[in-house]
Order: sequence, then C-alpha cells, then structure tokens
Amino acid sequence: MKVLSLNFLSCAVKGCKSSSDSYPLHPKDAELVQDDIEVNAQLLINLLPRIDWTALTTTATELGFPALPPQAPTPEELEADEAKLKDLHHLLMETQIMEGKLVCASCGHEYAVREGIANFLLPSHLV
Amino acid sequence: MEYLIRFSQSHETFRLPETKAIAEVGGIDMKVIYYNPESPYCVVRLPSEEAAHFLMSRSILAQSIHEHWGTGENYEVLHEEVKRKTSHLWPKYKNSSFKFSLDLYQGTRPNKRRVELINSFSYMPFEGEINLRTADEHFVIFEQWDFQAVTRNLPDPLKIHLGRVVGASQRKLIHTFDLKKRDYISTTSMDSELALVTANIALAGPGKLFYDPFVGTGSFPIACAHFGALAWGSDIDGRSIRGDGAKKSLKGNFQQYGLSHLMGEVFVSDLTNSPFRKKRILDGIVCDPPYGVREGLKVLGVRDVEKYDYVIEKGKVMYKDEDFVPPKKPYSFVVMLDDILQFATDRLVDNGRLSFWMPTANDADQEIGVPTHPCLEVVVVCVQVFDKWSRRLITYRRRPDSEVDAAALERWQQRTETNGGVTADELNPFRRHYFNAFRTQAAVDGATLEAVPN
Repeated sequence: MKVLSLNFLSCAVKGCKSSSDSYPLHPKDAELVQDDIEVNAQLLINLLPRIDWTALTTTATELGFPALPPQAPTPEELEADEAKLKDLHHLLMETQIMEGKLVCASCGHEYAVREGIANFLLPSHLV
Repeated sequence: MEYLIRFSQSHETFRLPETKAIAEVGGIDMKVIYYNPESPYCVVRLPSEEAAHFLMSRSILAQSIHEHWGTGENYEVLHEEVKRKTSHLWPKYKNSSFKFSLDLYQGTRPNKRRVELINSFSYMPFEGEINLRTADEHFVIFEQWDFQAVTRNLPDPLKIHLGRVVGASQRKLIHTFDLKKRDYISTTSMDSELALVTANIALAGPGKLFYDPFVGTGSFPIACAHFGALAWGSDIDGRSIRGDGAKKSLKGNFQQYGLSHLMGEVFVSDLTNSPFRKKRILDGIVCDPPYGVREGLKVLGVRDVEKYDYVIEKGKVMYKDEDFVPPKKPYSFVVMLDDILQFATDRLVDNGRLSFWMPTANDADQEIGVPTHPCLEVVVVCVQVFDKWSRRLITYRRRPDSEVDAAALERWQQRTETNGGVTADELNPFRRHYFNAFRTQAAVDGATLEAVPN
C-alpha cells in the first residue's frame, strides 16, 4: 500500500463514510519498504490538486517522515523545484506499507495489509 | 490533407470509436470522410502528417495509415483523380527510391496483371531507383472487392484507392501482451487485443489515474499502464491478486512487461463496500464485471440475515483472525450495473470515462438494455457478437455537474431498488437465460414437465 493510496481511501464501513474520523486511515505496526521508481513528474503534477494535504501531513507524521510544509505546493512550484518533486515522489510513490494494519478512528476497525496488499473486506455484521 | 486508414477487418464496431478516442487524447481535429463497416478502408481528414503518426502510435485495430492520393470506382476514374489531386506532390518524390504494392481485400489478381496495374501509374515522373526492400516511399494500390469475389468470378473490384505509406500501427502489441505468453492468467482474463482497445476508448494516457474494480489477473490495468496511466485495481477475491506469488501474480505480470513503475495500488475490496473516498479523483474506470456464468457475482454479506445469524455472530468474534474469510452472498446483475454507474459518478473527474463490458442475449425479448445514469453520457456502444449472446463495451463520459439535469438526477436517487430475489438465478437474468440456452421461458417450463416421470 503506497502512501498515495492512503490519501484516496477511507474506512469501507458505510456508516463511517460520513464521519470525518474515518479518513485518513491510521497505519499501525507498519513495516515500510522503499521501492526504486523513476520520477513521473507529469503524474505528480496532475494528481497534486486531488491530494488532501492535511490528511497527507497526518500520514507522513505517523509514518515517521519529517513534517511537511503546512501548505501544498502549487503545480507550478512543483514543476520548477526538482528537489521538492523528488521528495514528494519518494513519499507518495516509493514508500510502501508491506505489512501492518490500517485503523479507522471512527469505528476502530482494523484492516490488515499483507505482502503490500490491503484487505478491505468486512465481516457480515459491518455490511 | 486526407489520409486513408487500413483497418483490420475484425471488431468492426470498435474501429472508429478507437480511432476517435485516440484523436481525442492527442487533441487532433479529425473528420471522417468515408467509412463502411464492410470495408477495411477508411478516409479521414487530419491537420498534419504528425497527427497521422500519433493515431498510429496507439492504434490496435488499424494496420497502417496512408496519405490518400485518390479513389475511384475503376482505374480510369482513379487515374484522373490522382492526376488532378496530387500532381503538385510528384516533384517532391522525383529522386526518392520507391516501390508500389497491391493490397487486395477479398480479391485476387494474377502476377502479370499486378505488374500491369502498377505500371499504369507510370505517368508519375518518379526517376528514383525502384527498391523493393528499403524504398524511401511506398505506394499502395488498395482494391476492395465484393464478398466472395473469387468464387463468384467477378471481373472488377468495387473501389480502388491509392495511398502513400505514412506509418504502421501498434497491432504488434497484441502479440506482446498475448495471454498465451503471460505468466499469470485465469479463466476470464480479457484477451490482449480487446483490453488494449478498451484502454484506448477510455482515453488512458500519461499522467492519468485509472481503476478496475474487478481486476482479476490485471488485463485492463496492464493495458492502461502500457499507454502511460497509473493503474489501480481491486477484487473481492484476494487470491486472484496474489496468485502463487512471484512471477505468477498480478505484480509479476506488471514486471513481465516492464510496467512496475505504473502499477498503482491493488487491494482486496467489494464494490458495494468500497474504501474509495467519494471524491472526483479518477480519470477513468475500465472493467469487465462478473456475469455470474463463469465466475460468481457476489458481494459481502449473508443471504438470509435471520437464518444465518450464527454466521454473523461468529464473524464478530473471528474477523480479526488471519485466515478469516468474510461471508459473501449472490448479487443482482442489474443492481450491480447501477452500482458501477453510481460509483463512477462519484469518482470520475469531469469528462472522465467509464468503459465496461456487459453481456446480453441476442434475442430481443431477453435483451438487457444499456444502463443509464443522469450524470453519465453514453459515448459509444461497441458489440462483439457470439452465437446466441453478445457482449458490449459501453463507454460513458462523466458530465460536468453543470450539464446534469437536476430533475432527472432526483428521480434517479429516489428510484425504488428492485432486487427481486435471493438466489443467483433469480437475481441474474443473463445467467438464467445462459443456462437455459437462451430458450424462451415457455420452452424451458415445457422441457421440465416432460422430464417429470408420471
């Protein structure tokens, strides 16, 4: 599970969708790996407006990354600043949770991540 | 300038939609001048030769593109048009090495006649060397013959075109991504040709985010990634994603094609209880949902809450167990289609596309209509016909909110959900017709009565 993906996913329980606590999911006992992927500037610049920066800041802090700036860079800033682009690429695309759990702060449900694949299936009492 | 596209004579209803979609990706103003489903030759107007190269850089169903030098019902008319329209181009190729060839669709010509036909163009003042291997310029005479022209002994073709070769398409990708050479597939993997065409029609391209909610072994995400999109996928069955691990897994497939850098996220989830945020973040959704014939159409939950309450109780205790498999129940095919449309409405960016495959019976009485949603405009419906049923690739465009009819949207939201049953057969009209061999209900009932002993 990439950090980028965490920014696009919330708790799968229907009752949680309206609660602001259900997003972002909080990593627990996360084992991180770093992939080596070529920087895709076009993709990052396109996706930037769709990223929830506050949630990303939370996730980054919880995973032990240095604090992000309070404001998201604009696409123009990102395009001009290669170091910034690389940092963001490293966080969003290269960092993966291989093993661990994702916890919903609203209902407390824990989703397991195994071999990098998160499981969002719910037991019958939650559907 | 006019260009002649030489299509492959297969998947006819997909050919123009694919070409138009590629033009849209490239921001190319393309006008179709001549197209006939029964002919592999199509004439379009394009702003530049560069545009023609772009079309070929992604096209699967075309074979090649040519500068259009003329068309005629017979050689006299053709020669006249070629002289009238292209004599100003001749000096450009005066010293180039060149060759001529013939492309005969549904027809044949003896070798002697071929040479005569080629020589009939000798009025063009080309002084360069004739080189059959590495010619600078390659001219092709296209003859379109009527059906079974050879057995019917027809004397002349219906239509003749002349074109100068500009470029070849990406048809070779069908072999690159061939399922027979893929390390990991399953019973319902989409064949490489149609997966690539689907990605084209959905406008997959660099910098975009694509998602397949029924990913299986990943045919669609791989096709989308080939065109440069970041490809996401999920499936209710985690085993299809994991496979046997290493090479024989979804991740292994991406590695096989050198596309790992465009593998976004794959996760295990159910479309009706998706963890995806309700936010407009996807550029495209492509999928081939389960029909309930070769793979079960299921969602999370138990069939009868009262009867199976012990299963629910057990789940409450057991769900944290590593080996816990959540119970699933059969689901209605029609309701699932509605769910896909609603999911896409909530997640697609403006003008983002949803392309999905849907089966239906060919018999008009048993046909399932194209599902609609007020926020989604049907762009095109392409059909692949089998014996008694066919499958359609339906492509929608997410209308910007300003284009959505508010009253229609309200009616959609308040529609009563007709679920109509609990078993797979009750829930899924296509499945029922399929296993009844598409006979009418009366014929099926009659057959059952006969089978009952007195």
